[in-house]
Amino acid sequence: MASREVALTRPPGRQVDLSPSSRRLGELVIKGILALAALVSLVTTVGIVLSLLLPAIEFFSEISPVEFFTGTTWAPLFEPSSFGVVPLIVGTFVVTFWALLVAIPVGLGTAIYLSEYAGPRFRGVLKPTLEILAAIPTVVFGYFALTAVTPLLRTLGVEVEIFNVLAGGLVMGVMLIPTVASLSEDAMSAVPQALRDGAYGLGADRLQVSTRVVVPAAISGIIASFVLAISRAVGETLIVLIAVGQLPQITFDPRATIETLTAFIGATGNGDLPTGSTEYKTIFAVGLTLFVMTLIMNIISIRLVRKFREVYD
Amino acid sequence: MSRKVKGRIFVGAMVFCLAVSFGTLGWLLVTTFIDGIPGLTGKLFTDPPSTQPEEAGARPAILATIYLAVLLLMMTVPIGVATAIYLEEYAHKERWYNRLLELNIQNLAAVPAIVYGILGLAFVVRGPLGIGRVLLAGAIILTLVVLPTLIISSREAIRAVPDSIRQGGLALGATQWQVIWRQVLPASIPGIATGSILALSRAVGETAPLLLIGALQYVAFDPTVLGAFTALPVQIYTWIKFPNPGFQTLAAAAIIVLLAIVLTMNAIAIFLRNRFRQTW
Repeated sequence: MASREVALTRPPGRQVDLSPSSRRLGELVIKGILALAALVSLVTTVGIVLSLLLPAIEFFSEISPVEFFTGTTWAPLFEPSSFGVVPLIVGTFVVTFWALLVAIPVGLGTAIYLSEYAGPRFRGVLKPTLEILAAIPTVVFGYFALTAVTPLLRTLGVEVEIFNVLAGGLVMGVMLIPTVASLSEDAMSAVPQALRDGAYGLGADRLQVSTRVVVPAAISGIIASFVLAISRAVGETLIVLIAVGQLPQITFDPRATIETLTAFIGATGNGDLPTGSTEYKTIFAVGLTLFVMTLIMNIISIRLVRKFREVYD
Repeated sequence: MSRKVKGRIFVGAMVFCLAVSFGTLGWLLVTTFIDGIPGLTGKLFTDPPSTQPEEAGARPAILATIYLAVLLLMMTVPIGVATAIYLEEYAHKERWYNRLLELNIQNLAAVPAIVYGILGLAFVVRGPLGIGRVLLAGAIILTLVVLPTLIISSREAIRAVPDSIRQGGLALGATQWQVIWRQVLPASIPGIATGSILALSRAVGETAPLLLIGALQYVAFDPTVLGAFTALPVQIYTWIKFPNPGFQTLAAAAIIVLLAIVLTMNAIAIFLRNRFRQTW
């Protein structure tokens, strides 16, 4: 009797107590199969961590981590070889900087417009446009950066190398606009209408409501979108491989050719290196560095998103 | 400065932001079409790649991409939907392992695609599975790349089915699985289909993990599931790297084909979403 009462007074839905009826072996088998499918993604994570960690540990027994993380010369495939990853990390952040310079203001501006200004008809045009932008494969953006943006920069008098940071970074920024815009807009749409009405009631205009009420109220979601954009910029491969080049050097000159973590992996990992060689293990050490960097940012972003969902839902 | 002027400037700045997106998208599409139209011949679809741009086509790459797409759908849809059903209908939300599963999927969705390539290189191409640089290895890795996004969108579709439907079924004596199979899944099919098509479209354009699987190779024959392969985006990357301008035209032409596939799939997905949007 007691258990039946519990079943009836539970919040509606998913966990309705079915225990009184027969054991229903078939149902249990089905649940087991579904749980097995769910396990695939867990196994994937374990696989990723192991596949990076095991060769990386071997790598670090040959090359000291101090040399790897502080060395400023990256020449793993040359004689004499040198394994300082700093140029690749600096290169990654330099490209990310230029990408964010486009993606953050444009993405945020687009999000504010979508959430606070646009009428339903214009939204109906704008949202699919952003979805098309988000759907374009990155190899296409790379081609565009190399064959359209770099020549344009040269025409404008910017003396860029054929492979350069600026074209790749700016195009990557355009690629990230939908990421920033859609997540920021979600956060702004979650701000209750009452906050806006209150501000309008006090005599604020639309600009003030947008920038001083809605954006601050949605700030954790907006920052989450920025962090996710950084993570995607750091992990983006094809644009940098095609348009930014493979010349590892520490420079902040946007006209120069450099190399990023992902470009090194993409250019080196095409399967010709013998398993077990130090050069082969280098791919995994660089991959582990990349994975840890993006993992930290993803966790920050997931936490921030949760925060804004908890406050207003 | 008066409030009105400030407001105008702000609107102007936002319109500029929108123009950046629209303008770049338009510019990208137009230049690619202008570059690629001369290369868009029958040869592109019927001939294998060649060292001479006039002789080269992308038949093996296009076929491999179709094979990859079919294999991917066969693996990713059952696994993804089953995971979504487990998490939405069966999993006890407070249990630590279910919360771990959830956090894990969210994180996997943001892991760079090239890292999946490393996984493929170490465990699928070489190592434990060791099936070599074959098409099936590419399909397995692409499946893992898009699985998290498909799980997330399928969960949203399943969550949107109201509980009253489940309770109605249970009250009539259906078992939990009968309710899921006959009520919940049919009601969430449009959402799941939209998510699957978007996942497929992403996988078709994905290049980085395939570079590590070894798709960057010269393949002159029609691909098989357990044979060497190159996919359409990888073929594009190969052609971009050649200095000969004839190959740039071919790359642009292949990009037109790729964009046509990807954007058609997105259009279908958006259409499905709008056409079958259900309000309960």
